[in-house]
Amino acid sequence: MKKRLLALCATFFVAFSVPAFAQGTVISIEPGDGVQEALQEALILAEPGSVIELAAGRYDFTGPLSLDIANITVRGAGMNETVLSFTNQTTGSEGLLITAGGARIESLAVEDTPGDGIKAKGVDTVTFKDVRVEWTRGPHAENGAYGLYPVESKNVLIDGCVVKGASDAGIYVGQSQQIIVRNSRAELNVAGIEIENSYFADVYDNVATHNTGGILVFDLPNLPQMGGHSVKVFRNTVVANDTPNFAPPGNVVATVPMGTGIMIMANREVEVFENDLSDNASTNILLVAYPRDYNDPTYNPLPRAVYVHDNKHGRAGFAPDKAVKDIIAPITGLPVPQVVWDGAVDGFWSAFFGPDAEDAIYIREPMGTTFANLQMVKDMILPWGASPDFDIDDYDGSVPSREPVSLPQDQ
Amino acid sequence: MFRPVLSKLFLGLLMGVTLASEPASAEVNDAALMSARPAKLLSEYGLFSDAAHQAPAEGVLPYTLINPLFTDYAHKFRFVYVPKGRKARYDNTEVMRFPVGTVLVKTFAYPADFRVPEENIQIIETRLLIHQERGWNAWAYVWDDAQGDAVLKVAGKTLPVSWIDEAGAEQSTNYVVPNKNQCKGCHTFDKAFTPIGPKARNLNRDFKYASGSANQLDHWASLGLLQGAPASAEAPKAPDVTDAGASLDGRARAYLDINCAHCHRLEGPASTSGLFLTAGEDNKTTWGYKKRPVAAGRGSGGLAYDIMPGEPDNSILVYRLNSVDPGVMMPEVGRTIVHDEGVALLKEWIASIE
Repeated sequence: MKKRLLALCATFFVAFSVPAFAQGTVISIEPGDGVQEALQEALILAEPGSVIELAAGRYDFTGPLSLDIANITVRGAGMNETVLSFTNQTTGSEGLLITAGGARIESLAVEDTPGDGIKAKGVDTVTFKDVRVEWTRGPHAENGAYGLYPVESKNVLIDGCVVKGASDAGIYVGQSQQIIVRNSRAELNVAGIEIENSYFADVYDNVATHNTGGILVFDLPNLPQMGGHSVKVFRNTVVANDTPNFAPPGNVVATVPMGTGIMIMANREVEVFENDLSDNASTNILLVAYPRDYNDPTYNPLPRAVYVHDNKHGRAGFAPDKAVKDIIAPITGLPVPQVVWDGAVDGFWSAFFGPDAEDAIYIREPMGTTFANLQMVKDMILPWGASPDFDIDDYDGSVPSREPVSLPQDQ
Repeated sequence: MFRPVLSKLFLGLLMGVTLASEPASAEVNDAALMSARPAKLLSEYGLFSDAAHQAPAEGVLPYTLINPLFTDYAHKFRFVYVPKGRKARYDNTEVMRFPVGTVLVKTFAYPADFRVPEENIQIIETRLLIHQERGWNAWAYVWDDAQGDAVLKVAGKTLPVSWIDEAGAEQSTNYVVPNKNQCKGCHTFDKAFTPIGPKARNLNRDFKYASGSANQLDHWASLGLLQGAPASAEAPKAPDVTDAGASLDGRARAYLDINCAHCHRLEGPASTSGLFLTAGEDNKTTWGYKKRPVAAGRGSGGLAYDIMPGEPDNSILVYRLNSVDPGVMMPEVGRTIVHDEGVALLKEWIASIE
């Protein structure tokens, strides 16, 4: 390793300019030979509360990086200035793995990881601010699965980030609680932003465009944390999600139809409002049950207590894909309505009279918004089938909005 | 290559030691082991009387496992040190409850020719798991070319290794010495750093001690190193995965247990997957039977289920074990090449599942 670098790694000096870590140290790293070892060593030996600064430039890594010290900030010079490239990575299933709480990753880019971009597992308090994760060749089945990937974590803040090219979800928050995703841009991924098996998430002021599906709120069976609930998706721009699905089959997102704006699957207490949706060729908003077989008696596959209101709808449903093309469009005709609920409900009673009030689906959209309840369960029960209900007024109602998510690192 | 040659190897090394002209000072340095700062050189701990031949100091006991974790076919020397007067508490299911002061030592080595494993051994690294007051700590020491001593490597290292395998074929790979965090990547149980290997079911076998062959659990108990242990005949015992006479199901589950279950369990780093592979897991979906992937990404290989009964080639488990692509392969760390014998065992097993 170059002497210069050793000297750099050893340069610890007190930073008075960082109030959040007034007693922390700043460790400066520059690109160059041996940076893999220099940065990893800094990530292991840093005192809790330290700041690791990555100077502008391009950093090449052949292996993964990991952070397991509490309250560390890793800060670059900007999401286009400090670029951590993993093009030549031969080991490790993500670029950076975070397993300690209080981490803040800021103003840098992670490019072309063979696996996931940045994963945070089992941590309390993690922040991604102005981070870019990108697969630079664009959509490709061989790209890594997730860009920003906090999982089993709590107090998650993703703010001002950009994620492009993920073969599963650009921004994926799984099995977590107390989550904010805002001011971020998800583009050219299979799923732009996905909140899965999570509790208390606010997703707002983001742009999701040119993905296969824009924003997904999912719950899956057979996982340690299930029963996703309390998710608000609002003021997002979800337009022209027009990238053909390039996810490897087998994964649940591989079933997402191209041109899905916002999709809610098997969650409860979800509020979708004031989003700007247009040019989503399958549909703008899709509310559906988990469609696959499962054997988990504790799992509820239905969307319940969903309130969709005051969204702005542009053109949608003009060229449906996958299940929207094969199952929904034959029922609704073209274009597929802007808001579609599959009408999957729990049992005979609900099929005819609607779910109980606390589980009801309420839709209060601007005049002229097209809608269909496919009444799938009723259709299965009745020998002569059931036709879809296009009357949006039948679903009028409202649910009080939950208090915003409040995070300790965002006060 | 599956067959453990370690005891034989160890005996060979012992002989080497007796031939050595002067045994080095052989006293374990407890103070160095308990220090928050790791020693720069492995020799500072005094764990070996002759480290180059992996001859332990007094009080440092060699041991072996029924089934080892696969690490690029590396041969391993394992030792346990428990300070005088202290005891590990027996656990029937999980790792023995080792007292503070315990050190688990694992040295990774490649004989030049696996057909003569006692000769021309290149020692690569020695990993220490030290039970300090504040919990377990892990450090890796990488051996110098002269095999004189090993130097602390905090950030890990990649080293080219080559050998001739048991079939006489030349093999080579870039062996990866893990960094401290990668150690934790597997050694985590309920968020605490924890050893993996020394569980009753995996220790319950004979070892050729200098004093003669004995069951390890019985021997540990007789040395006063382990308390609360039942007679070894009463303790759980994993089938040897290489023992063709043992049940296929038992062997496959034992293989998954030692190679995967430290992460793939509710308390482990892969809890998020919902795929739990401990030998005792009896929920079929949970151990993979027609279980769909969750966050596998391209690791799914386009396949629908972790284990597709009767169809090993349509099972994600086999696909990922058969890969060396970092975005696909399992385990995520600890190997750079495919464990052909392990894959063959799992294929045979899945083919037999209805």
